[in-house]
Amino acid sequence: MYTYDTYDQAIVDARVAEFRDQVERRLSGALSEDQFKPLRLMNGLYLQLHAYMLRVAVPYGTLDSRQMRMLGHIARKYDRGYGHFTTRQNIQYNWIKLAEAPDILADLATVEMHAIQTSGNCIRNISSDQFAGAAADEVTDPRPWAELIRQWSTFHPEFSYLPRKFKIAVIASDTDRAAMRLHDIGIQLIERSGEIGAKIYVGGGMGRTPMIAPEIRDFVPAADILSYLEACLRVYNRHGRRDNIYKARIKILVHDLGAEDYARQVAEEHLAVKALGIDPPAAELERIAAMFAAPAFDADGPAFDADGNVTLDRSDPDFALWLDQNVTPHKAAGYAVVSISLKPVGGIPGDASADQIDLMADLAERYSFDELRVTHAQNIVLPHVRQSDLHAVWTALNDAGLGDANIDLISDIIACPGLDYCSLANARSIPVAQKIATRFAGRERELGELKLKISGCINACGHHHAGHIGILGVDKKGVENYQLLLGGSGAEDVSLAKITGPGFSEDGIVDAVEKVTDLYLTRREGEERFLDTYRRLGMEPFKEAIYG
Amino acid sequence: MKLLTGNDLGSGNVLWWTGAGWSRHVEDSADVGEGGESIARAEEGARRVNVPYVIDATGTPDGPRPAHIKDRVRALGPTVRSDLTLKPADPGAGDWVI
Repeated sequence: MYTYDTYDQAIVDARVAEFRDQVERRLSGALSEDQFKPLRLMNGLYLQLHAYMLRVAVPYGTLDSRQMRMLGHIARKYDRGYGHFTTRQNIQYNWIKLAEAPDILADLATVEMHAIQTSGNCIRNISSDQFAGAAADEVTDPRPWAELIRQWSTFHPEFSYLPRKFKIAVIASDTDRAAMRLHDIGIQLIERSGEIGAKIYVGGGMGRTPMIAPEIRDFVPAADILSYLEACLRVYNRHGRRDNIYKARIKILVHDLGAEDYARQVAEEHLAVKALGIDPPAAELERIAAMFAAPAFDADGPAFDADGNVTLDRSDPDFALWLDQNVTPHKAAGYAVVSISLKPVGGIPGDASADQIDLMADLAERYSFDELRVTHAQNIVLPHVRQSDLHAVWTALNDAGLGDANIDLISDIIACPGLDYCSLANARSIPVAQKIATRFAGRERELGELKLKISGCINACGHHHAGHIGILGVDKKGVENYQLLLGGSGAEDVSLAKITGPGFSEDGIVDAVEKVTDLYLTRREGEERFLDTYRRLGMEPFKEAIYG
Repeated sequence: MKLLTGNDLGSGNVLWWTGAGWSRHVEDSADVGEGGESIARAEEGARRVNVPYVIDATGTPDGPRPAHIKDRVRALGPTVRSDLTLKPADPGAGDWVI
């Protein structure tokens, strides 16, 4: 885990004091809402449907138990006893009082956390692989790089007022667990001839104009990564459109210029930027990397079998299901990665109570070298669990309502807050997720891996473009209507989902999903996933099943 | 009919103009006719409400019902957490929103 140095702490503490003064001036009337709004947004404070909402940054989704407990404390003391983990690996609180917001930020600062750059047209929280440091297939731990980019991008003077918000993901495996190519910049750390470098993708994103980021550079040496990113941002800052909010993201610029011309401009800019000497010395990266050193793994428990399953006592069928669905091989012998589902059937995707948050912190401290991760699928990961401790972990989770064995199944639904909370939404997302999960309860495993993602508006916070099945809520003459999309993926086989046709009512969309999955079950071959069958058959038979 | 609504500056709570002040309950709201904008300016200036705006609504025996679902959600609370709405003892209150 990264530990703040005196600079980090001083910056965050100063920001708390500054915001406290701004809030006092707003409450006194010295600042109007028009003056105050950009200031509160810079500190992650939105005004949503029912109250202020605070978005707290979880850098690259990594937390320790002390930080996790603070998230529970905030939920309990300042909110209504729960928090909502988001598709950006952050957490949001829905019922914040303005006068208490500075106190929350002060509490967060005591555990090296903040809400800076969780809104606004700046570089947002860096996202990463939730299995970083534990994945058997990574070439290096991506988190030191994510941390370095966090430091570079925090309060970067040139990039505080970009044409639009900017999202960066860093991974280090061929398996993409972070939807990397659906970010403004996607970075895949790779190894070439024994040297670590980065493959760079620029111009991906979802929203109203979804695009998959094209590869801009096949290998940037480690010593050039920051300066290359600086060049990428400079070209965007110079040419990105500020006249039209709908065309302001970097994906539009890269698309309009063409990836090749954009890459050429970046290469030219990089020549100038490199000379500025902004790339850190190797010793600085080593200093940061040392904080992410692997824990002292010492287990010699049972190993995974040839199928990747844990060979433990599987006599309890519920435990056996959980092992198969929520436990992933670890790079260290005798350890496993545990994914905790925040998707109980009929529950609210991504929500966790203060007590559940505390429990997950306790489990991390006791069983996972004090580490937790937030996933973009709105779940929590204990990255380093001894296989011999898995039953104890599962038992504790199960007792707290966190034992659902449904990771990557149809009930592991990504859903944005939708119209139940969000002022931008056109339709509710959560009730649709609840109805689908309930409809398929007990049948999820028959369907195998099936990623269903729901957004309540075109901004696509629920990643509907990347769903094997995607659902987009729209406003049709004041009534909620839901469009169905098929064939998306945010993984290494990235693709954008396509709309099937006319939309549906809230109940109609659940029926439509079932028609689609019924067709899959009748037409799948061998071990095909839903996505594989869709890609083999194409859209037409699914449309026929839905509308025919 | 037209209603004036906004959020409380400090708490963020949803508020409705009653004709004489602000209420958390849409049932208390008054038809502001064409005068909503001027009331909004005065009330916002006095920091009694934040980001006020005028909406369309219809009169019903149970009181005014906002025309758009977004404002009905605002009036009640999240439909997926009846315990956090203004009518926690009425699990069916969400039906009014739909």
